[in-house]
Amino acid sequence: MAAVDLADLGLDEGGHLLVARAVAALAPGERLTVTGRHPALRLHLAAWCRASGHQFAGDGTPAVVKGGAADRRWAGAARAGDAAGPPEARADQRWGLAARGALVEAGGPPLGAHWSQREHVWADIAPQLYAAAAASQWDPATAVDWAAPAVAVPADIERAVVQLMTYLVENEQAALVIPARLLSQLHPHYREVMQLLASQAADEARHVEVFTRRALASGGPLGTSSAGGRASLQTLLDEPDFTTASFLLSVLGEGTFLDLLRFIADHAPDRVTADVTTLAARDEARHVAFGVSHAAHLAACDRSYLGTLRQAVERRHAALQDTAGLNAEVFDSLVLLAAGSWAPAAIRHGWQAVRDLRARMDEGRRRRLAYIGFPDDEATELSALHTRNFM
Amino acid sequence: MNVLLGAVAYDQKVVTIWNGFRTWLRACGLDFDYVLYSNYERQVEDLVNGRIDVAWNSPLAWVRARRLAARRGVPLTPLTMRDTDCDLRSVIVVRSDSAVRSASDLAGRIVATGAVDSPQATLLPLSLLRSLGLSPGPEAAGPCGPGAGVTVRRFDVGVGLHGDHIGGERDAARALFAADPAGRVDAACMVDSNLLLFGREGTLPAGSVRVLAQTPLYDHCTMTAHGASPGIARLGELLLGMDYADAALRPLLDLEGLKEWRPPRLSGYAPLERAVDEAGFYDADGEVTAAGYRP
Ligand SMILES: [Fe+2]
Ligand SMILES: [Fe+2]
Repeated sequence: MAAVDLADLGLDEGGHLLVARAVAALAPGERLTVTGRHPALRLHLAAWCRASGHQFAGDGTPAVVKGGAADRRWAGAARAGDAAGPPEARADQRWGLAARGALVEAGGPPLGAHWSQREHVWADIAPQLYAAAAASQWDPATAVDWAAPAVAVPADIERAVVQLMTYLVENEQAALVIPARLLSQLHPHYREVMQLLASQAADEARHVEVFTRRALASGGPLGTSSAGGRASLQTLLDEPDFTTASFLLSVLGEGTFLDLLRFIADHAPDRVTADVTTLAARDEARHVAFGVSHAAHLAACDRSYLGTLRQAVERRHAALQDTAGLNAEVFDSLVLLAAGSWAPAAIRHGWQAVRDLRARMDEGRRRRLAYIGFPDDEATELSALHTRNFM
Repeated sequence: MNVLLGAVAYDQKVVTIWNGFRTWLRACGLDFDYVLYSNYERQVEDLVNGRIDVAWNSPLAWVRARRLAARRGVPLTPLTMRDTDCDLRSVIVVRSDSAVRSASDLAGRIVATGAVDSPQATLLPLSLLRSLGLSPGPEAAGPCGPGAGVTVRRFDVGVGLHGDHIGGERDAARALFAADPAGRVDAACMVDSNLLLFGREGTLPAGSVRVLAQTPLYDHCTMTAHGASPGIARLGELLLGMDYADAALRPLLDLEGLKEWRPPRLSGYAPLERAVDEAGFYDADGEVTAAGYRP
């Protein structure tokens, strides 16, 4: 017969853990004798048995007769998928916020997460991308040499830098809000995607910080924000579907931004401008990688989804047709930045550089679209429909 | 088949519990509803008068219902009780270092109890003292003289709830260690499960008290019907069939404090019947005779 000895330990100071552990090993109806020297042992044990669904047998050495109901709490429990393995194709809302692989007691409120199907959120590279993101977090206070001796940046070039930073902050804010919104509706069973989106939002928060700080460095007012630019970003915020939102933001928008950030870094008149854009571009590469891998993953599962993505690009293009698209002052600032001065020959050079930039942006978009599964001609067509605002 | 049940709203969770049970019982085809009472006395009167079909009664409410019904010739049907209502015990405890070694040492001392209408923390422990030859009397009666007198200091929290609110019981336990000597008591009364609870939560730190005396076993709440009807019978069947494995019911059963409903038994109320008579709480016909009891 099973027995447990509590020595002088009382059930009011943890003794019930030993009793419960021993009872757990029994089948209903089986008996556990409990010995110990605590003066209130019998009283405590009787009360504990009653509350725990067991029978107290008080004749002679006190004993617990295991009740039938106690284990029934776990009768309908199920594992929330496999902790080590790949996530399930469908995440059950009843799993709620339970860890992947946890044994989930039946009952409790269902989660109501909008994105609960693997193919609609997943990419096989998500775990590696999250690991890379976690390993690559940088501290804006120390990653940029804010105290670097300021080269004398000519006033007009400085104005151009401030305008570009003002524009970047606006775009980074859109890029922060969108993954945060997707995150709030994502079933946490897709843990790695949740973690990746969270780190993506944190990346954008740093980008907002460093671009703001660079914009304010020369003490002047910030640049302008155009209605057309904001209209373009608003269409991203309004995109209701996970994959199309991720596609428009990360594949087309952030993909285009990769070239833009490198361009600004290459033509930066000062060290800080070069540093902040280089650091941001490094993070953006991960955001783009997830967007591309996820869209490719879904398209591989369901070819017809390419049509949905195509429609999203066309719809956005139509919505923006009557807007100015890019803030003219941003475009002019890019030219001046590359030119380095107002000298006619320099401006010609700057103009060429920006034209080359747009060609590189287009080439990058076409390459990514082709990777996702679009035929070359369609990729060319869709790339051309991308917003003039870059993001 | 419709059934109206009365329950006492001793806590907000009572609404959650009976709303949940109502949904489940109706889904099983029983036209069930409930009403809430602010105290057990009115619920018992309404049960006996037939205003409700079923009452979820405290043990003291059962004693009164039985007496009222017997006088008026109303048949009552016990329906069910919780697994946790069977075989309780109350205890009288003193501080571990107390000079009080046996119940008779309590003569001339102060014993703290729960509310005036608490079976487990007042009526039954005081009956225990009487059975041990002591004469518990209210503090208002003045200091007890030499002899077997014991001064009772009541902690009247939730009067009318028949001790369902354990605040008074906890206050009585705390009074064992009151910093102010005038507020300190020599012994305190509580049910065994609260002895364990107060120990675990630290109200009575481990090793701080010694059990001086304990009552015989007794039973607690019981569900009682007025007469019998197919609806009442069906309610009894459905309650007894509630399964702790049912995810919709389990949170409600947890709130109500049971794993399963048991067939009712009436063998566990004799000690309380005796305690009620000794204290003059109700008369033989079930009228309230307790002095100063106003639920
Ligand atoms: Fe960014
Ligand atoms: Fe980004």
